[in-house]
Amino acid sequence: MCQICGCAIPPASLHETIAPPGGRRSVEVFEQLLAENDRVAGHNRTHFDEHGVLAINLMSSPGAGKTALLEATIRALKSRYRIAVIEGDLETDNDARRIRAQGVPAVQITTGTACHLDAAAVHRALHDLPIAGLDLLFIENVGNLVCPASFDLGQHLNVTLLSVTEGDDKPAKYPVIFRASDLVVLSKTDLLGVLDDFQPERAAAALRDLGKGTPMIHTAVRRTPSIAPWLEWLEAELRSRDGVYQYVPAQMAGSVR
Amino acid sequence: MSVCQALLVQVAAIARQRGAAVASITVEIGPLSGVDPAQLLLAFAVMRTGGDSATAVLLIETAAVEVRCLECGAESATLVNRLVCRTCGGFRTRLIAGDELRLRRVELEV
Repeated sequence: MCQICGCAIPPASLHETIAPPGGRRSVEVFEQLLAENDRVAGHNRTHFDEHGVLAINLMSSPGAGKTALLEATIRALKSRYRIAVIEGDLETDNDARRIRAQGVPAVQITTGTACHLDAAAVHRALHDLPIAGLDLLFIENVGNLVCPASFDLGQHLNVTLLSVTEGDDKPAKYPVIFRASDLVVLSKTDLLGVLDDFQPERAAAALRDLGKGTPMIHTAVRRTPSIAPWLEWLEAELRSRDGVYQYVPAQMAGSVR
Repeated sequence: MSVCQALLVQVAAIARQRGAAVASITVEIGPLSGVDPAQLLLAFAVMRTGGDSATAVLLIETAAVEVRCLECGAESATLVNRLVCRTCGGFRTRLIAGDELRLRRVELEV
């Protein structure tokens, strides 16, 4: 049972057999180490689905431009979609204040020393958001290319930013997070002209080597803003989920559509 | 440390249910799980103190990374950042081993 909102989280499933007794008894277990986190994440996802909210987990190294991309995204989309943001940082509510300045709700999670968000932290934050009235929820994870990859938050999609001021071999160096991504956003591409060591083709090749066919798009939000491909991707995802949420009984489908 | 904490909670539940001390814990940690075995061992050495696993040994099994090609169906052992098909070079594969993050076995003193 969820301690905060009272909804039922399914109990743990522990599949085990007990081996014949010897000097020691061996208990065979087959449980995911993060089973408890996964359970809460599933619960979050159910909340999102019930309210028709598309939840996106935004990850990157620190300073790749997650908050700046969100500011630009909110400016572009807030007249058409109801957006909110959960911000994860070790300290300060600077990012949540930047988001609120754009006129949308934001909840700041400060993790102290923890280098990633987990499903329980997101769950607590959800209770401070008007989730029933949202179309799109961004969860801006703690800037880190390692740990966030291992913790399901209940999001529908993972997006990882790779800024061109980092190395173009990042997907090869951090395969876990890039493999877990549904989209990779190459950010700060307006700086490509002054950087001679970042080749987008090399980043794309390293990403392709992870065997998932993950798409990569280019964005810039400062000198020469360009986020159209990102907005197109987002709106396509929002549209593709409409059918799931707006349930139409089969016998009525013909007359409605 | 979060992973280690989750592990200790799971093991404690199993040990308490049976009223027995924990002798050893076996986990499977794949190279693509995002968890580093050496760091898990270090965290375990510190975090087991005072709990049900205070004198337990942590054994870590790691699997090789293997993919199945979505085009030709071939299975190949490969590297964490080279998950393409070794047979046909196909760029779309499914991981069949290497991302394990599982509690596999707990040995209890009887």
